[in-house]
Amino acid sequence: MTAIERPLPRPELETEELLVNMGPQHPSTHGVLRLVIRTDGEMVRETWPHIGYLHRCFEKIAQEVTFPQVVPYTDRLDYLASMNNAHSYCMAVERLAGIKIPPRAEYLRVIFSELNRIASHLLAFGTYALDLGAFTPFLYGFRERELLLDIFEKVSGGRLLYHYPRIGGVARDITPEIAKDIEQFIRIFPQKWAEYNTLLSYNKIFIERTANVGVILPQTAIRYGLTGPCLRGSGVAYDIRKAHPYSVYDKVDFQIAVGQGEKGTVGDCWDRYWVRMVEMMESLKIVDQCLKGLPEGPVQAKVARVLRLPDGEAYTRAENPRGELGFYIVSDKKRTNAVRCRVRAPSFCNLSVTHEVAKDCLVADVVAIVGSIDIVLGEVDR
Amino acid sequence: MQEFVHFLQHDVLARISPPLGALPDQIVLLGAILVGAAPIVAFMAVIAMAWTYGERRIAGFIQARYGPNRVGPEGVLQPLADGIKLLAKEDIAPAGADRPLYELAPLLVFVGALLPFVALPFSEKWVISSMAAGVFYVLAFEAIEVIGIIMAGWAPNSKWSLYGGMRLAAQMVAYEIPMGLCLLTVVALAGTLNLGQICQMQGGAFGVGNWMVWPWVSPFATLAFFMFFVGGLAATKRAPFDLPEAESELVAGFHTEYSGIRFAFFFMAEYAAMYVVCAVATVCFLGGWHGPFREWLAPAAGAPTISDLLGKAVQVKTADGAWFVWANLWGALSVLGKWAFWKPMLYELLGAFYLIAKSFFLLFVMVWMRWTLPRIRIDQVIYMCLKVLLPFSLLCVLGAAAQTVFTDWNLLHWLLSAGK
Repeated sequence: MTAIERPLPRPELETEELLVNMGPQHPSTHGVLRLVIRTDGEMVRETWPHIGYLHRCFEKIAQEVTFPQVVPYTDRLDYLASMNNAHSYCMAVERLAGIKIPPRAEYLRVIFSELNRIASHLLAFGTYALDLGAFTPFLYGFRERELLLDIFEKVSGGRLLYHYPRIGGVARDITPEIAKDIEQFIRIFPQKWAEYNTLLSYNKIFIERTANVGVILPQTAIRYGLTGPCLRGSGVAYDIRKAHPYSVYDKVDFQIAVGQGEKGTVGDCWDRYWVRMVEMMESLKIVDQCLKGLPEGPVQAKVARVLRLPDGEAYTRAENPRGELGFYIVSDKKRTNAVRCRVRAPSFCNLSVTHEVAKDCLVADVVAIVGSIDIVLGEVDR
Repeated sequence: MQEFVHFLQHDVLARISPPLGALPDQIVLLGAILVGAAPIVAFMAVIAMAWTYGERRIAGFIQARYGPNRVGPEGVLQPLADGIKLLAKEDIAPAGADRPLYELAPLLVFVGALLPFVALPFSEKWVISSMAAGVFYVLAFEAIEVIGIIMAGWAPNSKWSLYGGMRLAAQMVAYEIPMGLCLLTVVALAGTLNLGQICQMQGGAFGVGNWMVWPWVSPFATLAFFMFFVGGLAATKRAPFDLPEAESELVAGFHTEYSGIRFAFFFMAEYAAMYVVCAVATVCFLGGWHGPFREWLAPAAGAPTISDLLGKAVQVKTADGAWFVWANLWGALSVLGKWAFWKPMLYELLGAFYLIAKSFFLLFVMVWMRWTLPRIRIDQVIYMCLKVLLPFSLLCVLGAAAQTVFTDWNLLHWLLSAGK
């Protein structure tokens, strides 16, 4: 019996996996993130995020300069949520120094933190649409963001980096004109929000692209330490503003937006996107309540000109647009600067889940997943 | 071919000047080709330029911003400025590129976009070649462009380009079949592959009532029109099917590594291809050059045509048979004063206006969709084309075939005649 000769596979026709560098210069990595993806044709087998291209030694700087000098640096962490960053840092220093800030300042901090959350989510909404190939929502998002930036400019002088919350209060009081601008924004925003939903949220193609894509299970989300919309998108109702209220969040009424799996599975990209959309409206509610209940009084407590904190350590956390931003400060009473300053950056922790989620999907899905995690590289790399 | 060259040599060039008549055959043929191709290239360039500007202004309008409005009045000279910029740019080829393929690809894409214009009518009589297999020809040469793009994806030795080329190859397999079947629906109804004849059939009923797209003419063609348009979006790589150049995923897809004039070729080809798809849809489904009031200008039977008039005017020769140029020029100009010249001229012009206006409307819809919709995923494109469009387009072909066999290509005509 003669052996049947099987045709050998032609070596020139063998397929092989391709290792592709997505970034650091790539349109949809939201800055200088580098994703190394192992692909088999259009299928992505594995994704490794590589970070560090935007490292600016924040923590080291925060240990070198005095406490009030750190505040403007915090603006540069998550540069889309400068108000929130400074808010969190000031809380840590105030806790260590035992400074009680005036109630009006607390209210103002919350108002601007929440307005900044809306501005940040508007950008997230716009860039997410860009990632999925829709151009127009981005400009619509910017149109409303512009109104917010005008308000921020009037109150702080800056349009991106505000340096508005200061240790012991806020930089300056709002004028009646700014209050009127905020009221105007509260009035017009809901209809614009409905417009976004018509344009993008309920668009059939958008739902097809995001529903059931990049599902993060609740236990995965908790395991990786996700916070913010990424965690809530997975159906875990954890919001620091509710769980550990700071500032005046215990005095205002708002809901936690949680992913319901409305269009697909709980924890998919659409859920994360939708949590952000709903949060914008919730933030608007908070701003409205704070503006109505804004107490009279000073906006700045008495703070020593040369601030020295007593020996000790403090960790404060705040709900940023991207999740829990924590500042851990160790102080020494002989020094005017921190012995140690450590930042727990939400984008950094949220990004870590990419490797787990972005595998065995299509190239286009990687973009959708990374976009839905909504990272800011300034905060990832610090 | 030889006859045509001889005609040019003896009857045209020699009459203008005897030395011209002595030019070798090849030179004469090349000259004739260049002179003949110039209007098509010019038309294509104008269309592409107009629509790069138009698209950006429309996008600006949709996105609540201005768009280009600085160069020239309202920015109309912007495409010219862009063209000069692209011409002046350095032409870079990446190291490791397959140079012959790299340089050939944009030309092939450009030529592929250009060739369908040969069979495409602009008006009833204004067509470069009224070929019998026009529909087939246009579809075939649209597909040449795809080969160029796959080459462009492979040649620069870039992974992103390769993805773009691969996606287009996959996408082409998916959309070409339903697109062809949708046109076959019209061909089955019309019984001809000639674009001019297909269009001619849709006249009458005030120039609007007998278009193929109307459900009372044929419901199958109505369905086919929408499917053809979707297929056309995929064929021209327009959103939501712009996967081969998806900038948020593939940087710029197949033209990532191209710059300067080579990029301009891709750019022009895209807009030209868009116009071709829209014009074919207009001719086959939307009545082409037919429109209201045009029939009033229709020439009576036996009325002299424009070429008759010109032929009569241009007859002055000198005694030795050479043409008397000035007298003929005067004769040709005098034709401009006659209504007999202007009536058929207006008839054609109005036809061209309707055809181009309808095509431009479809182009506008394409632009409108691009700036509104997100991009769909490659598996969804292929699913949609092969599992949704393909069965329905087959249904359309079968339905149209049954309709022509059992009733008439025009259901309304058949119903009206059945009543008598």
